[in-house]
Amino acid sequence: MMYNEPSPLEVKVLSRRFTLENSASIDTYLATEGYKALEKALGMGPEAIIEEMKASNLRGRGGAGFPTGMKWGFVPKTSAKPKYIVVNADESEPGTCKDRLLIENDPHSLIEGVLIAALAVGARAAYIYIRGEYRYLIDIMDKAIAEAYAKGYLGKNILGKGLDFDCYTHTGAGAYECGEESALLESLEGKRGIPRIRPPFPAVAGAWQCPTVLNNVETFCAAPAIIRDGGAAFAALGTPRNGGTRLFCISGHVNKPGVYELPMGFNLLRMIHEVGGGMRGGKKLKAVIPGGSSCPLLTADECDLPMDFDSLAKAKSMLGSGGLVVMDEDTDMVKAALRIMKFYAHESCGWCIPCREGTTWLKKMLTRFDEGQGQSSDISLIGDLAKNMLGRTFCPLGDAAALPTISIVEKFRHEFEAK
Amino acid sequence: MTFSPELEARFARLLTIYPAGRERSALIPMLLYAQDEVGALTPELMEEIAKRLNITTLQVDEVIGYYSMLHKRPIGKFHVQVCTNISCLLLGGEELYQHASKKLGIGHKATAADGVFSLEEVECIGACSWAPAIQVNYDFHHNVTPEMLDRLLEAYRRGFPGNGTGHPQLNLAGQDVQQ
Repeated sequence: MMYNEPSPLEVKVLSRRFTLENSASIDTYLATEGYKALEKALGMGPEAIIEEMKASNLRGRGGAGFPTGMKWGFVPKTSAKPKYIVVNADESEPGTCKDRLLIENDPHSLIEGVLIAALAVGARAAYIYIRGEYRYLIDIMDKAIAEAYAKGYLGKNILGKGLDFDCYTHTGAGAYECGEESALLESLEGKRGIPRIRPPFPAVAGAWQCPTVLNNVETFCAAPAIIRDGGAAFAALGTPRNGGTRLFCISGHVNKPGVYELPMGFNLLRMIHEVGGGMRGGKKLKAVIPGGSSCPLLTADECDLPMDFDSLAKAKSMLGSGGLVVMDEDTDMVKAALRIMKFYAHESCGWCIPCREGTTWLKKMLTRFDEGQGQSSDISLIGDLAKNMLGRTFCPLGDAAALPTISIVEKFRHEFEAK
Repeated sequence: MTFSPELEARFARLLTIYPAGRERSALIPMLLYAQDEVGALTPELMEEIAKRLNITTLQVDEVIGYYSMLHKRPIGKFHVQVCTNISCLLLGGEELYQHASKKLGIGHKATAADGVFSLEEVECIGACSWAPAIQVNYDFHHNVTPEMLDRLLEAYRRGFPGNGTGHPQLNLAGQDVQQ
């Protein structure tokens, strides 16, 4: 089911089944072109599948925006070890709530996307890593997997074409860090979610040190449409180098918060005012976190821009996970910065000292400002400390904590001075 | 240590789905599912799972210490988790947490004396567009106001079994939770 009314401005590719009755069932899926892309992919061969993915300009929907076709192409063609697919359903970037809807409403599109990836790289099994809090989704996913086995879309000799492939769910148990790919793989192996040193990357040494394709739920869910209708058709929905649509999660001070599927490159201000129903109570827009709490904030003046990876990078922010957090004129930016930092201090795995110590010290300093005890010399110190974390950790969590903090201190310095 | 047949069946399956020799991969799922049944990760339970996976109790312990959903001490029959992260904060999540704390008479990660409720201020639970949001055990409740929270707590106290599906109708309708 949907938790918000759809918008007429949406372009429904991945979410097109969301409002159908029993949308999660295999019967609904099969009645709406389900598993047709798999049939097509079975006759294409690995290279043609990867070429089609490249042509789609699909970029990773977890946040980093790496081109998916290229990522799949990194997996060695021949390997003495088995190859695996791992699905990142550890959705936990603050502001992001889209993978939940994909699994809840269309779990078979995830299975089909995984099967397409499996054909592209020659994998033999998939593990869907779902955050522990999403228990009901594990039940939905398990049911969909059982249906797919029963109808011959998983298991031995799939559709009589000689493909053997298994698919399993795996629960997490509460850890933001496990959304980072190498920490997720550690967690999948029954360990603490500590990031791995790369290279080697998962494409070469991933799950159990075997070649692994690891992508976000939404990335896999885009694959059936790309194979069915062609990469070029998907690419044409978006902007150059940013193909397709994306599930944008709008939260915060808007009249109609919700998850909406919009073409890549959709204007941010239109997203807030036309899709999200405008600002609550007629208040003025103050700032937006454009892609989950790891991204540098944009002030109201910076929001007239297309929402794609390249435009956001040009604006010195990131498209990230597609979670927009909209803040109105009454928002206390010091409090917002503190709450964001509390989160990263809590979730830092503690392995890299700049992240472990940096987040803790920043939390302490921001707390002081929040309590009205801040000193003006500390304002620059916050910025300096955060900048010293950048690029000095094994995984992006350190950067994720530092980037929004740096942007808030730089863009809203007067609010710190007033405290 | 003995578990229910359902949990034993789940364990047996978990031990078959990972590559041969990589059974330790089942550790985190086993701990979480066992905790759901037993109520806490007791020393006895940790030893039992270590034995079944052929790892040390210390290896089990260090994993438990890392994951926020795993706990060694019993929590309430209904674990109330209030998100106060950024999207929820903007729409009253912190006030909602304070309200819950006052109502239940307990603070962060505490359990009420009668064992019915425990409370935790949690990080993002993936319900940002329907903030403020809470989870009671595994049930999601969206767009929660203090008044709705009162009704929800009362319904759980009276034995409302939870819907377990993540569907929000309960709190949206409000009166539904009054049976």
